[in-house]
Amino acid sequence: MSAPVLSVRALRTTFATPRGAVAAVDDVSFDLHQGEVLGLVGESGSGKSITLRSVMRLVPPPGRITGEVIWQGRDLLTLDPPALRRVRGGEIAMIFQEPMTALNPVLPVGLQITENLQAHTGLTAAERQRRAVELFDLVGIPGAARRLGDYPHQFSGGMRQRVMIAIALASNPRLLLADEPTTALDVTIQDQILKLILDLRRDLGMSVIFVTHDLGVVAATCDRIAVMYAGRLIETGSVAGVFARPAHAYTRGLLGSVPRAGAERAPLLSIEGTPPALADIPPGCAFAPRCALAEPACRAARPALAAVGDGHHSACLRAADVLAQGGVLP
Amino acid sequence: MSLLPYLLRRLAQLVPTLLFIAVVVFLLVRLLPGDPASAMLGDRARDADVARINHDLGLDKPLVIQFLYFLKAVVTGDLGTSITLKLPVTTLIAQRVPVTLLLTAMSAVIAVVLALPLAFLSALRRGKEADVVIRGVFQVGLSMPVFYLGLVLLTVFGARLGWFPVGGYGTGLADHLYHLFLPALTLALSLSAVLMRNLRAAIIAVVGAEYVDFARAKGLRARTVMLRHVLRNALISTVTLFGLSVGTLLGGAGVTETVFAIPGAGRLMIDSIYGRDYPVVQGMTLALAVLVSVTFLLTDILQASLDPRVKR
Repeated sequence: MSAPVLSVRALRTTFATPRGAVAAVDDVSFDLHQGEVLGLVGESGSGKSITLRSVMRLVPPPGRITGEVIWQGRDLLTLDPPALRRVRGGEIAMIFQEPMTALNPVLPVGLQITENLQAHTGLTAAERQRRAVELFDLVGIPGAARRLGDYPHQFSGGMRQRVMIAIALASNPRLLLADEPTTALDVTIQDQILKLILDLRRDLGMSVIFVTHDLGVVAATCDRIAVMYAGRLIETGSVAGVFARPAHAYTRGLLGSVPRAGAERAPLLSIEGTPPALADIPPGCAFAPRCALAEPACRAARPALAAVGDGHHSACLRAADVLAQGGVLP
Repeated sequence: MSLLPYLLRRLAQLVPTLLFIAVVVFLLVRLLPGDPASAMLGDRARDADVARINHDLGLDKPLVIQFLYFLKAVVTGDLGTSITLKLPVTTLIAQRVPVTLLLTAMSAVIAVVLALPLAFLSALRRGKEADVVIRGVFQVGLSMPVFYLGLVLLTVFGARLGWFPVGGYGTGLADHLYHLFLPALTLALSLSAVLMRNLRAAIIAVVGAEYVDFARAKGLRARTVMLRHVLRNALISTVTLFGLSVGTLLGGAGVTETVFAIPGAGRLMIDSIYGRDYPVVQGMTLALAVLVSVTFLLTDILQASLDPRVKR
């Protein structure tokens, strides 16, 4: 396999609190290859969004990021501000969950695209304008030329998300970080936006990291999946492999909680309890207090990710037993 | 989306406002204790003389009739003649209002120049030394009464150091500005304290917004992010407060004008109220009310041009 375009190593993002530093992301490592779509999955508060923001060094203060984010051979975490600016928006772009809050309400959308072009290309004002129209066409906004002067509140939810994608794509980034880009949209629009992102990935050769809590979205769009729990990665692998044979008790619970159409009626499985607060994650496996398979060893030491199959890793001491239970899917 | 229809609608709204102000001004003066005839003639006036003067001034007619006369006069630009100064009220307005306007404009500029950078510094260094010092100093400025602050500035920079004149208005624009600096600073300090606090809070709220992160994620320079994305959004709420404060300043500059012996509208107003100079009080109140309304109109226009979501 070719070298990864992005290597995240031992990423740890902490926030200082009166009770000491709290790790929202703890010892996260993963690779991403050219053209690959990675789904970063977990419950609210599992650290998936902070992981994404840490890659871009966009963690709100007083967040502190350590570890390595190797992009094109350079560590983004130690890059000087001008070099970081060239990467942001130019090489790596980011889109957010709620375009209504991610687009500046008082600036016309055209300006919000062209300022990106101004920062990363040598285009003249007229060329930037033409490129903006082109981008609106590309993401499927009807009447592109007429709409550049409009403000975000004049677009519908789905169109606003397209606007945001157009802005993110303006300078031909090679990696798109998408933070729940479809969660705020209704289902038909969600499908259109996902299809748009996948088409763009194919046409432009981008890699994508998709943060979502929606396993349906992962199944439909991603090549690989990385599951987060309490700030840590607990299982990674190909989407097909992990869905068919989950190797972590938490992943298995998560897959079991997805309602499925068709098939015969079966009760939904749910995971008892709630995730631990980041301020007091138990020693050992963070999922152990909620886990039916937990044994004393699980609570003693934190399990590391270990290979359980081809490119399939799990941080579960009972991985063999979980695998033996087989898939949740019919 | 053009601003013009909004502008016209907003101008039309001004008419009932001004009419209402006219009614209030008219009634207010008549509700004041004492009457102009007694004030003119003194304590030992004969009843017949008082009645004659009241008749000459039309004060013996029913209120409604008096109001209609008043309205007709106002519309034709005749605001009457000052009882004590024997000058047309319009002449007095033309003399005094520009002084107050200049004073207010100057304080507004000084307040913005002080508040804008300090609000940014304070907001971006939240909780650090700079923030604490800036907010502490402004807190003192805000809690000090205007006349006291004026006297302190006057004593230190006027009398002691001799950098600025201790009063008066001077002749010629440059001299006016020189004479008005200390009084404008006096008014500006409390105004800038209000602005600074409001803008600081607005900046802190806006800096955490997702669109600011999105702007950073585009790789924009920190300065572009601050000026284009943060400042503009933060200004929307502050502009309203600024307009209201400037409006208040226009009508409330009397104390400062008295302390610094500036021949402005506020001081004339105070003198006229003491002298029961009905026509001047009426005329000046009306003129100031119009100015305040125009200030609010300009504020609304400024806000509408900053914020496209304002209903137009």
